Amino acid sequence: MSERRTGFAWLGRFALYAVAVLLSVFILAPIYLMTLAAFSSETDVYNYPKELLPRHLSWDSMDSFIHFGGVLDSLQRSVLVAAITLALSLVIGTPAGYALARFAFRGADTVRLSVVATRAFPIVILSIPLAVIFIRWGIDDTSRGVSIAHTALALPFVVLTTASVFAGVSPELEEAAMTLGCSRAKAFVRVALPLALPGLAASSIFVFIISWNEVFASSLLTLRHRTLPAEVLSLLEGAPLNFRFAGGFFLMAPSVVVILIIRRYLFTMWGRVLK
Amino acid sequence: MTTIAHEVTLGRRLRRWEVLPYGLILPTVAYLSLFFAWPMVQAFKLAFRDGGAWTLQPYRTMVHDARFGDAFRFTLLLVVVIVPLQFVLALAMALLVNSKLHGRGLFLAIFILPLAVSDLAAGLVWQSILTERGYLNTLLEKIGLIDQPYIWLNPTKPNQLLGAVVVAEIWRSTAFVMVIFLAGLQGIPKEYGEAAEVFGAGFFQRVRTVVLPMLKPSLQVALLFRIIFAFEAFAVVLAITGSAKTTLATEAWRWQADYFNSHVAAAYSALILVLSLVSAGLVVWLLRTPKEQMLQ
Amino acid sequence: MADVRFQSIRKTFGKVTAVDDVDLDVADGDFVVLLGPSGCGKTTLLRCLAGLEKVDSGRVLIGGRDATDLPPRRRRIAMVFQSYAVFPHLKLYDNIAFGLRMQKEPKAVIRERVGSAAKLLHIEDLLDRYPSQISGGQRQRVAVARAIATKADVLLMDEPLSNLDALLRMEMRAELKALLQQLEATTIYVTHDQVEALSMGDRIAVMNAGRIVQLDSPLAVYDNPADMFVGGFVGTPPMNFLAAHVSADGGAPVVNLSGGSFRLADNGAAALAGRNLVLGIRAEAIVVEPNAGDGLVQAKVIVVEPLGSHNLLTVRSGEDVLKVSTPPHLFPEPESSVWLRLEPHRIRWMDAESRTAIETPKRVATTVSG
Repeated sequence: MSERRTGFAWLGRFALYAVAVLLSVFILAPIYLMTLAAFSSETDVYNYPKELLPRHLSWDSMDSFIHFGGVLDSLQRSVLVAAITLALSLVIGTPAGYALARFAFRGADTVRLSVVATRAFPIVILSIPLAVIFIRWGIDDTSRGVSIAHTALALPFVVLTTASVFAGVSPELEEAAMTLGCSRAKAFVRVALPLALPGLAASSIFVFIISWNEVFASSLLTLRHRTLPAEVLSLLEGAPLNFRFAGGFFLMAPSVVVILIIRRYLFTMWGRVLK
Repeated sequence: MTTIAHEVTLGRRLRRWEVLPYGLILPTVAYLSLFFAWPMVQAFKLAFRDGGAWTLQPYRTMVHDARFGDAFRFTLLLVVVIVPLQFVLALAMALLVNSKLHGRGLFLAIFILPLAVSDLAAGLVWQSILTERGYLNTLLEKIGLIDQPYIWLNPTKPNQLLGAVVVAEIWRSTAFVMVIFLAGLQGIPKEYGEAAEVFGAGFFQRVRTVVLPMLKPSLQVALLFRIIFAFEAFAVVLAITGSAKTTLATEAWRWQADYFNSHVAAAYSALILVLSLVSAGLVVWLLRTPKEQMLQ
Repeated sequence: MADVRFQSIRKTFGKVTAVDDVDLDVADGDFVVLLGPSGCGKTTLLRCLAGLEKVDSGRVLIGGRDATDLPPRRRRIAMVFQSYAVFPHLKLYDNIAFGLRMQKEPKAVIRERVGSAAKLLHIEDLLDRYPSQISGGQRQRVAVARAIATKADVLLMDEPLSNLDALLRMEMRAELKALLQQLEATTIYVTHDQVEALSMGDRIAVMNAGRIVQLDSPLAVYDNPADMFVGGFVGTPPMNFLAAHVSADGGAPVVNLSGGSFRLADNGAAALAGRNLVLGIRAEAIVVEPNAGDGLVQAKVIVVEPLGSHNLLTVRSGEDVLKVSTPPHLFPEPESSVWLRLEPHRIRWMDAESRTAIETPKRVATTVSG
């Protein structure tokens, strides 16, 4: 009887592995193929059947993409916007996260709930009035404007994840620091912050990517000074294949790299947010 | 004298101690009020006012527009098709990663790779695969299933277009749902599954009777966010189908960016919001756990 | 070193009164233990002293200065937390040096003080390590070393031993007591473990429901509990409490229990006649006689627990169940009858309604036969 059971167990294991491998291929193949497509030469782009192995790699497509009118500028703008968004949302949101984690004050639940609720509102319904408002304020079609919108998007995320990160640092550590001669602020800087740094760094990178990826608001809030996704979107109609390949790679690659880097911290970040 | 001293210290105490948390959340509350709450209000005003008067004209324009029906139907279709498929897949992935499989760390690392990929990028990625001279056709021809390239992204075959968008979205965003499920699974003490096993439950039975019920809060959260994001589908459809297929979000964008009509655009976005909230409410209500059933 | 005074301290959390009008004076160099069950307010009182909680009313004086409105860092205190709160991101050396660095002491002084503190706690070889690389017991030592390195006026300890396993706890208890005696530090020590309290403190403040119920030396708390709560909380096993009445019909007063009666040559006891009383007596103050006799109370043995150094009997006398301690060779059979002599000078009288001790004048007592 034990042989029969091992037989089934073996079959079950095998099936499990097969499913896991299949899913992995489903996830990995497009990334690989996109990379391949982005680094194919001018002729290979239109070739059929396509090369499935990296035999004729070339910078042609990437080159023509970057030097396509407006792409380089929009690339720089995306970096700038993401950086501003990151700085703004961290500076504004981290204190709020700390407050939610440390203090049980009246209204804490309301704040937390409202912050979570903002994620239920589509970016669509935020962008349109913002476009109108920004025109009135004269900051439409600027990186400033896009940063403001992106910060509004990222702020709830920052508040919730920093709250989660600080909740993971025992308050007794800061209390100990206070009995040893630190003021509340000093205890925060010397004890809470260093211990929260890995989680904060991970959520910072994530905020950067959120801004980097964002396309809807950017498209509506900019005309001539677009961010990269907005630029690519506007050029999409009738764009040649090599443009689409290289552009797609350019947009996808940082995201994948980021995930590879902050993988470990994802769960410390998400842990309490999801409760 | 004691009363005065009492009041003095109370005053001092109130000022320093109790005000601090409010001071810390003030910037966030202020920012979100200005750049979130207020624009929301403006959005509704835009949708229901035109030329200084309350009117339903934006809605009439929206509904009578030729593309409205297509946008509405396609968006709804996307939500209804993507979400269930994605949830089954995400559950399978989460269960896999949570099991005792060798190398499950590697599988986890692979499964979450698309987590941060944008919808635009995902659309372009799958376009490169599905395009007539793309990789899928290359592969199929190589293994002999077809002998000439098949036009997957055929504007005259709406179901194929739907399928392409569905695949791209599932590829991209299942990781998000999986992560939520994983966190939920890891919160389920394994004693429950073991107890069920002792009492004779097989794998699928255990999933149905132990895992799914205890996963309900995670299911709720994941469902909520995924449905809301699905109603916003925009760039992935543009990238894969061009202008062949449109969604509510695409129409909102078009009315704002191309026709400069913020009112109709706002009407579209309000519609998206309503659909999202209704679905959210449905989800919360259907998946509610009565208090008696919760252990804590 | 300094003295500490709590004056009418009151602290509430919402509707719950954690500390209810507490007064306590701790002399310079004194070792006072705050003992009580969880929720009695001992930790809250300690945190009020530390400045980690703001009192609702009352004053806290450290070394004569009014510290009530001062933040923790200005109170010249040092604290050992129950979870040790050793900073995970700093090496042990930096942990112990933390308080000194905050005080901006020169490097040489820091090195000397850290070294001597570490040596006192026997961790001088571990200073280069991180907390994650040492055991829980060693982390506890780091927490103590960090506290004593600052040479603060008052040392606060919040259940420092409760996270250690039983054997380690016993060892650390003795070590800690010796160390604190050597330092002559004013110490306020919180614990729920009455064995710890008895063994360590100069004085014990037994707390219940936010109030100090008794403040006395360990022996006094053990021998003369102020009420039934203290008698039942302190001591292993808890004090026996039996419902009793005293009848004084001329001659020596008679104590009536549900299981029997005996005479008591005690003039003070005669004054208790007619009241509803509770007789309190410790397990080791009851002598077991194998045969009946005058002045003895009959009881039936229920359980015999051999504890090595003595046997613990659970007996029933009338409606009362008592714990009786006997020498190890005495092994009555369960269900057998034994006769108990309650040592008269160890009897503590409590009022049945108020549950507090009744003061009786010093007595010279022998049981009178016949």
